[in-house]
Amino acid sequence: MFTSVLVANRGEIARRVIRTARRMGLRTVAVYSSADAELPYVREADEAVPIGPAAPAASYLDMDAVLAAARRTGAQAVHPGYGFLAESATFARRVLGAGMTWVGPPPAAIESMGEKVNARNLMAEAGVPVAGGTRQPVTEVAAALDAARALGYPLMVKAVAGGGGIGMSVVHDEGGMRSAFGTARTRAERFFGNPGILLERYLEHARHVEVQIVGLPDGRVLALGERDCSVQRRHQKVAEETPSTGVTPELRQRMVAAAVRAGQAVGYRNLGTVECLVDPVAQDFVFLEMNTRLQVEHPITELVTGIDLVEQQLLLAGGQPVTIEAAAGASGVPAGGHALELRVYAEDPRRFLPSPGTIRAWEEPRGEGVRVDAGYEAGSVVTQYYDPLLAKLCTWGADRSEALARARHAVAAFVIEGPRTNLPFHAELLAHPDFVSGTYDTGLVARMRATP
Amino acid sequence: MSHSARCGPSQRKGEHVSDEVVAEMVANVWKVVVAMGDRVDDGDTLVILESMKMEIPVVTESAGTVAELRVVEGDVVQEGDVIAVIE
Repeated sequence: MFTSVLVANRGEIARRVIRTARRMGLRTVAVYSSADAELPYVREADEAVPIGPAAPAASYLDMDAVLAAARRTGAQAVHPGYGFLAESATFARRVLGAGMTWVGPPPAAIESMGEKVNARNLMAEAGVPVAGGTRQPVTEVAAALDAARALGYPLMVKAVAGGGGIGMSVVHDEGGMRSAFGTARTRAERFFGNPGILLERYLEHARHVEVQIVGLPDGRVLALGERDCSVQRRHQKVAEETPSTGVTPELRQRMVAAAVRAGQAVGYRNLGTVECLVDPVAQDFVFLEMNTRLQVEHPITELVTGIDLVEQQLLLAGGQPVTIEAAAGASGVPAGGHALELRVYAEDPRRFLPSPGTIRAWEEPRGEGVRVDAGYEAGSVVTQYYDPLLAKLCTWGADRSEALARARHAVAAFVIEGPRTNLPFHAELLAHPDFVSGTYDTGLVARMRATP
Repeated sequence: MSHSARCGPSQRKGEHVSDEVVAEMVANVWKVVVAMGDRVDDGDTLVILESMKMEIPVVTESAGTVAELRVVEGDVVQEGDVIAVIE
């Protein structure tokens, strides 16, 4: 097992990985851009290396800079967190090529899942249900219109190499396709360096539910339940919960079995997430994509299973005996119950527009069943260079109503002054009849904002 | 949901009515869409800002001519900075 790990990320996830790695007795190395020098994770690592200016392309996405930092500090392993280089097969190969351990799946698995059209085709071959869609990337509007005529509207237009909801849009007719396609292709090229577009049948009133999987060294793939991520704005998640209120035990069983097949089909190792769209009325689902990394919302799975997923990632990468089943019983946290994650963003709570700025006051809520994973503290500067995630406010309860009640108290008690935040949105969400009853779908936030 | 930032309050300059279009948040200027002297209509995009991985089109709420353009691509604007003046 390696004895040191470099965390190739920033903010809350760097801090979260460093916390577990230090508890395991590993020496931790942080990397930071000039904009992040004062953030808590930089101070909390055993060593911290500056890797460049604020712009991500010149720092957190600069493979040479990250690898140089690893070599200079003698780091034996690299944990990529999520985002940035986490799903770059090239980076994973370079880490391995430099003789270090990659804390993630094999590069080939990252590659086969990284391109959405290829991933869908692979899944269909493995017997995992997929929505109707293009079987090859589309790059010309004429071809898109032809494909759309065959598939039927509404369609989701998305970058084959994309992620994070960027450049995604729903089109309802030919006019919509003509205007959306060019924008999607421009963004796909700009953000992901690949102009290929996937057209996929869009399911209205669907829920977004994902299954956490773990690939073991002997080829077995385990599932650790699901997370419901249907509360979204701009196709990006804002709140998640587990278990999902939209799937029956029978559907859960089918989804879990499909997720395990998906993992086995690509020889998956380490942690991954299989995202699905669920039709709650028909109680049916289709494969959406697979995220070959730790997921932002992993804490809610940790809260209901008692498993430290980052610890499992590090143990698996280090070739240590699997402790997943044992960890579930030994952690002292009761398995079961209900968990909720609210993403606290630096954005105005009505229009969700970014709001960078200096944090003047920061007081985290505490209490039974409350967990806060934060990247910032009082005095931190939230810059425009990175995503707006300030903290993840998670609550656990013996049942859903207890988890929600704790979340309401915690939202009211969370003090953040400086940037505007979406905490008022979360208070609204936690009081919304559709959320409280658990009958919401991915259209919830748009409906909340459509009513004046 | 509208994601575009709207312009600031209009001001009188002599006999002309001019509108200052201001930045609503700290952001990088990603794209300048219009040029000095261009005719614009209400709702036209003047520049596209980028902040926190989001593109934010800045649109004008008044029709007229682009009289001043105070940013270039790559600039960083602060909240309240004037981006353009429409006359």
